[in-house]
Amino acid sequence: MKSAPYLLSLPALLLFAAIVIVPLGMTVALSFHDWGQYKGIEPVFILKNWREVFTDSYYAEMFGRTFRIALLVTLFSAVFGAPEAYILNRMKSPWRGIFLLVILGPLLISVVARTLGWALLFGGNAGLVNKALTGLGLIDAPLPFMFTETGMVVAMVHVLMPYMVLSVWAALQRLDPQVENAAIALGAGPLTVMRRIVLPQAMPGILSGAVIVFALAASAFATPAIIGGRRLKVASTLAYDEFLNTLNWPLGAVVAVLLLVALVIIMVGANRLVERRYGQVFR
Amino acid sequence: MSFLELDALRKTFGAQVAVDGLSLKVQKGEFVSLLGPSGCGKTTTLQMIAGFVDPSGGAIRLEGQDLLAVKPAKRGLGIVFQSYALFPHMTAAENVAFGPEMQGVGGGERAKRVADALELVGLGAFAARHPRQLSGGQQQRVALARALVIRPRILLLDEPLSNLDAKLREEMQIELRQIQRTVGTTTILVTHDQAEAMALSDRVVVMNKGRAEQIATPLDAYEHPATPFVASFLGKTNLLEGSAVRPERIAFATSGLAGTVRTRIFQGNHWLYQVETKSGLVTVIRQNTGEDMPGEGAAVHLAWGTR
Repeated sequence: MKSAPYLLSLPALLLFAAIVIVPLGMTVALSFHDWGQYKGIEPVFILKNWREVFTDSYYAEMFGRTFRIALLVTLFSAVFGAPEAYILNRMKSPWRGIFLLVILGPLLISVVARTLGWALLFGGNAGLVNKALTGLGLIDAPLPFMFTETGMVVAMVHVLMPYMVLSVWAALQRLDPQVENAAIALGAGPLTVMRRIVLPQAMPGILSGAVIVFALAASAFATPAIIGGRRLKVASTLAYDEFLNTLNWPLGAVVAVLLLVALVIIMVGANRLVERRYGQVFR
Repeated sequence: MSFLELDALRKTFGAQVAVDGLSLKVQKGEFVSLLGPSGCGKTTTLQMIAGFVDPSGGAIRLEGQDLLAVKPAKRGLGIVFQSYALFPHMTAAENVAFGPEMQGVGGGERAKRVADALELVGLGAFAARHPRQLSGGQQQRVALARALVIRPRILLLDEPLSNLDAKLREEMQIELRQIQRTVGTTTILVTHDQAEAMALSDRVVVMNKGRAEQIATPLDAYEHPATPFVASFLGKTNLLEGSAVRPERIAFATSGLAGTVRTRIFQGNHWLYQVETKSGLVTVIRQNTGEDMPGEGAAVHLAWGTR
């Protein structure tokens, strides 16, 4: 029965096709349809929407912002998350569990609640942090947070860092604890041990964590919607607005498809890089 | 003056005493084994020499210099770990080159030393392989080359052969001994395997519960065990008429202690007997010389030389 494996996976394949492939195909088809303020969506094949997105600098700015923010979020997640994972890995039994919970805790709370929390801390003149800082005379005017890219990056790093910590931690757990002692015995100082021994071995974890964080940051909706609002749009909030406010579904579809394609290319590329660079060394 | 000196070395973890006043003098070029069951303090002792564990008391002196005042990175000791602890992201040659690089040995000299070290352990052809691409025995050799290439004052071996299968372990024992003789580095081996310790060392330190029960040559410790623990740990032993008698020293005779053969096990080069006597169960080992031996249930007499 050679066909048995295929038959057995058929139900899952059908479900996958029905809820992923078909809607995706429909979205791609939608992106080629025409749309007018008064006529609505016309099921014809035109390149108008695609041409508009590729020629109007408004969209280039939007995508530029999306990937700039995603890149910064990824960078900061790695810079803070990797050391955090290293410290977590060195902790002794009761503390490790407690701090793992502290790190994962944010994942248990809705992104909306967490982002609003940041807004309460920093937002406007009434924000707690800004009030405290101006009260102490450290700053004259409140630090801008709402409707800024800085605000989006700060809030998203907080939201997405657990993924980086977990990914790096998984890589570090495979590290032989004696390897650091071996390097020390050979005369390496603490910095050399970090740079030459620990970091290279954590690198696959950092890279796979970066892929996850980047993808989630580039496609994030709630945080950019709350902090950026209408003034500072990213690709996902732009697509949302085209679909639900302007009702220009075909244009929204172009933005959504473009974001998906860009993310797939970036992730496959990153994966290839990791495979080629580390495939031989780590299995 | 001895080369390496452990003076009343002590380590406690909370209320637990891991090493309890261990004193040992090692001569230059000597091969000394710390032998004992797990939890006897042998690994803790090694880690204190290496500097990964701080002693609770006592002193370690190397060539008269207080070793405890020296940072682990500056002690210049070669260590082979039980897990080998190779750097998985570096090739065999890069692993070996790491130590000389840290010592500031320059390009040409470093490359030569690395090549020599890999040649010494018979891995010249495997320099460009990553650890994952090497067998357990080969990884072990890389670890040894990496430890020896820095020309260490002492070579510390932490159960280096315990992850190898029996046949390879025996080969490596012979090779390890030859390499140590060639290089002449003072070596401390930690092991729970009495055969390994006896095969390799000039002297063994038999440890139990953090103390040295006996420090002697392997032959001396085996023939004249200082305590019942040493006698039982270094091979099988029978307690007959108040003295310990090794199984291979007991012969079947026409007169002597009467008994009945309970079990007989063939082990290739020798026979292992359990003989029921009025002094209890006696273990007897006889060489397999091809002669007929008493079978199970046979009535025998046991004789042994009294020394």
